[in-house]
Amino acid sequence: MKRPPFCCIRPFMKKEFRQIRRDSRSLIFMIFIPGFMLLMFGYALNFDIKHIPLAVVDQDGSRASRDLVDKFRTTEYFDLTAELGKPGQIDPLMGRETIRAALVIPPTFSEDLLAGRSPSIQVIVDGSNAMSGTTAAGYVGAILQSYSQKITLEALENRGVMGQKIPFRPEVRVWYNPELRSAKFLVPGLMAFILMVILTVSTAFSVVREKERGTMEQIMVSPVRPAELIIGKLVPYILISLASAHLVLGLGWVLFGVGIKGNYLLLLLTIVLFLVCGLGQGILISSITKTQQVAFLISVLTTFLPTFILSGFVFPVRNMPAFIQAVTYLVPAKYFLAALRAIIIKGAGLRAFWNQLLFLAGFAVLTLGLSTARLRLGGEDGRKRGRRAG
Amino acid sequence: MPEYSIEVKSLAKKFGAFTAVDAVSFNVGRGAIFGFLGANGAGKSTTIRMLCGLLNPTSGTATVGGFDINRAPERVKTVIGYMSQKFSLYEDLTVIENIRFFGGVYGLERKAVESRMTWVLEMAGLKGRERSLTRTLSVGWKQRLALGCAILHEPQIVFLDEPTGGVDPAARRRFWELINELSERRVTVFVTTHYLDEAEYCNDIRLIHAGRIVAGGSPRELKTEYIRNPILEVASDRIVDALEVLQKEPWVLETSIFGTSLHVSVADEEEGRRLIRDRLGREGITLQRADRIMPSLEDVFIHRIEEQSRGARAAEEAP
Repeated sequence: MKRPPFCCIRPFMKKEFRQIRRDSRSLIFMIFIPGFMLLMFGYALNFDIKHIPLAVVDQDGSRASRDLVDKFRTTEYFDLTAELGKPGQIDPLMGRETIRAALVIPPTFSEDLLAGRSPSIQVIVDGSNAMSGTTAAGYVGAILQSYSQKITLEALENRGVMGQKIPFRPEVRVWYNPELRSAKFLVPGLMAFILMVILTVSTAFSVVREKERGTMEQIMVSPVRPAELIIGKLVPYILISLASAHLVLGLGWVLFGVGIKGNYLLLLLTIVLFLVCGLGQGILISSITKTQQVAFLISVLTTFLPTFILSGFVFPVRNMPAFIQAVTYLVPAKYFLAALRAIIIKGAGLRAFWNQLLFLAGFAVLTLGLSTARLRLGGEDGRKRGRRAG
Repeated sequence: MPEYSIEVKSLAKKFGAFTAVDAVSFNVGRGAIFGFLGANGAGKSTTIRMLCGLLNPTSGTATVGGFDINRAPERVKTVIGYMSQKFSLYEDLTVIENIRFFGGVYGLERKAVESRMTWVLEMAGLKGRERSLTRTLSVGWKQRLALGCAILHEPQIVFLDEPTGGVDPAARRRFWELINELSERRVTVFVTTHYLDEAEYCNDIRLIHAGRIVAGGSPRELKTEYIRNPILEVASDRIVDALEVLQKEPWVLETSIFGTSLHVSVADEEEGRRLIRDRLGREGITLQRADRIMPSLEDVFIHRIEEQSRGARAAEEAP
């Protein structure tokens, strides 16, 4: 019987689309869960710290000290929630988390200033959350620093030294994300994370389900080639995930104001490459597992934590120990994330991240190649290998 | 055209230390209904799976439709149809969607699929249910649809692995009618079953036990060649007691319960009948009748298996 090559891709695609359409659970899983996860993570994973409740113990009560306190009153980073009489009152308030930072101005503050001595100001920060604690301490430090500069200049002017300059004044410009909003940084990461988990899980499921129901066996006795089967499964899942990727992009723009700075076609290419990686990983997992439970477990284990921790999503890879850094080379989200941030935030061109795309393509070829080989061996019978070699 | 559709030579499959199929050899004639009989775990499915290219044999060779299963498994796949007891259809697709899908998988042209579809729908009695989801069909319907999908591409050889498991008797009968129709059109049907009554429909049979073929031939040959001693069907009011008594007698060659009667194998019909009446009479058991019967395939099967295990025991006991 004549049988043109790749004639079976179409029936597989049609079948796969029909099955996905009829299985409303998997459709919801693939389209709406990503949006939902973006909302959850987008609002929960917020490293921007504003309106930190602050207490002030002004033991001096002078014009100078009130001036300093005003600096904290007028910034949106702090909310002045309490003005206390004694430093001893700080502890209970911080214990109850009514305040997260406190400022103690000593009684000799203005006196020291006038006398030309450096008064010390005590800053207390709640370090139980290391992340927000560090940020709060940084803000307090910056405000005090600028106040101190102002006073130095005023003092010099009073002494008749005009036009005096401080040796240097750093002019820090933050590029690409001038307000240092963590949303800008996180939305691409979330996209990688969400797509990877959802895709790997659903592809692994769709293949293992065929094994469980016996339809895989029916296909294995037909002349279908493993590559035809894989491509037929790939295309529908890529199209659907592409839709959910756009949903995530849209939500990121509407809710978090993260627009795409770079070239859309480049972005599309990057996303598709990454999707093929996720699918490849899913199919590879399904080729070595027999039940949906095991497939689910392995998919989640190999996508959830690696994508979250080892991709540079939250924690920078270059700060990791060398051994862990080596492991990150196996996490496709790492390359995707680098390319995605380059396109979305920096608006960079292909020259800036072509090597990341190359790594992605390599990962896709590796996983798909391995799964094709596994499927050709019959999938369920690993023992077959010996014979064919002999 | 080769005389045989399937030729199997010393085919064996080992799973670790366990030998599932132990060097079996047999040939299947073109257009035959070939019955592969045996208990669960005897090696039926393993053999069928090797012939279909789902498993690689540990040793031995076979040709299916003229193609070597070791050297040209892909060619084998184009000439066979396969259906297993699990009815491997997509439950979430409709009847016609399943037919179209499998038509596509075998590379049939659209026109060919449509004309075969009419045939399958008619054959399976699914006219009017084309758009039903497969999961809503009864088991008998699913089974006929699965057969239809397995032979859409009009293969020369069809493998049916326990096709009638879990199907009601009426549907089973209907299924066997379809198998007969296939055979009339010179399609070779290779069917495994553990229903021995179904084996009567086959024109060539192999009995497989513990991975070895223990008997083979047409149903008639099996019954006459393997069983030389007459078998008496013994009816009595206390059948279990009768079995216990007769089992101990040295002149009773074999005995077992079949439904509501006993089958007793003896050396001579007249003599046997007299001995049974006397022996049961002494126990106060009434003999209702003891008629000579044509042995059933079940008799043959039990006889052969007992012979085999006696042989094995004797071999073990020999110094």
